[in-house]
Amino acid sequence: MKKDKWGYGIHPDRQIDLDNANLSLLELVRQSEPSYNLCIACGSCAATCTAGNLTTISLRRINIYLQRGMIKELREEIRRCMLCGKCYLACPRGVNTRHVIIAIHEALKATGYEEL
Amino acid sequence: MKKEGKEYIWKDYQKEIAEDKYFYVRSCVRQNFFPGSEWAFQKILREELKKDLFENAAHTSCTGIGYHTEIVPFETMMTVVARQFALMTEAGYEHFVSSCITSFGIYSEILETWEHFPETEARAHQYLKEATGRDFIKPKNLAHTGDIIYKFRKEIVAKGKYRLVHHQTGEPLKIVEHIGCHYSKMFPHRGIGGAEYPYVLVGMIEDWGGKVVDYPERRHCCGFGFRQYIVRANRGYSIACSRKKFESMEPYHPDAILTNCPGCPMFLDRWQYAISEMEGKTYGENGHGIPVLTYEELAGLVLGYDPWDLGLQVHQVPVEPLLDKIGIPYDPSKKFLGKDGRDLGRPEAPHFLKFYKES
Repeated sequence: MKKDKWGYGIHPDRQIDLDNANLSLLELVRQSEPSYNLCIACGSCAATCTAGNLTTISLRRINIYLQRGMIKELREEIRRCMLCGKCYLACPRGVNTRHVIIAIHEALKATGYEEL
Repeated sequence: MKKEGKEYIWKDYQKEIAEDKYFYVRSCVRQNFFPGSEWAFQKILREELKKDLFENAAHTSCTGIGYHTEIVPFETMMTVVARQFALMTEAGYEHFVSSCITSFGIYSEILETWEHFPETEARAHQYLKEATGRDFIKPKNLAHTGDIIYKFRKEIVAKGKYRLVHHQTGEPLKIVEHIGCHYSKMFPHRGIGGAEYPYVLVGMIEDWGGKVVDYPERRHCCGFGFRQYIVRANRGYSIACSRKKFESMEPYHPDAILTNCPGCPMFLDRWQYAISEMEGKTYGENGHGIPVLTYEELAGLVLGYDPWDLGLQVHQVPVEPLLDKIGIPYDPSKKFLGKDGRDLGRPEAPHFLKFYKES
């Protein structure tokens, strides 16, 4: 606001407050794809992702955004997924990661955050 | 857990503090930020407690600010510190007392390094000898000045005129305590209560009649971190740290903030003004800020020293609301008079933060 006067402003707080985070999407995804609860965040999905070699997408990061309720970042990230399903083949816990992405899209649509 | 068990464990969190005969080194910035604090410490030690406190005018900065901003290399800093120890040795003292938390961290870091790497200590002796012809003996006891006030806190309140209670209601005042990060976060065994339960300021507050406020961001940095404020573009991070603390403590309505570091009172005090100018937000009662004090200033108030002799008029957040609660008399007309009685002029009043007490 008064940055011109001071030469700097107050940096916005980046604290993740889980007590106040919007975890509605997470609940919808868990209900839609129960295998998601088996995820151990190993990152095999992100390591094998073809789109991840070409863009900044990371399914592991998507997982973190989802669990922290960072919906804006999540919405941007999942747009880069090609739904090829290679991550599903690599997952050691058998999480249907492809369907997790679809479930997130559906949850975004259901909660009014974004049209599919 | 049984009380005996707690007391047994608590022994591990204590540190040895020398009884008397201190070699005193100042902070390089405190005299500008809070000019009455070091004066008050010397007065309390010498006149109230009758202790031997020696200061050599030839001592210098510990170079800590330069070290933490990677301008001064470790070897240079170590040699400067070795010179401070040489001055102490030449004066015949063994107990080293530092007024600054950054310096206290620097002295602790060097003594720890020398303990684990004797060859580095040998190099310090060599460098100092080559540069100045001096030699030194390591201090037997290293303490921060806050440790000394903590050690004699009961003697201070016994001699004191005031306690940290509301003079009308008798209720204990709610005080936020803020410990400088370099006090015990780096070398926990060198601080009272260690890094987990730093007790140095809590002990003062409780024994002087106040009540400590426990709030979520109690151990968060004040925002003073050297890299956060020396570079202007980073100061938005510094002020964000302070604001995080203010937002966290505000619901508890603290009457004052007590600190033991040069930078913490500076930033917790001045950033309240900056935040009020940037956002129109104040954190104290009725548009005031939350007064921020050093432990020497608070000890001075407890002992009945004149607030203006303690330098409280140079605080950005006015301390009058706290003085009124304790019942300490003060003369508003003398607030901005120099020691010789000359009017020093009034600073420009902030737009939002109430600077002058309303009558």
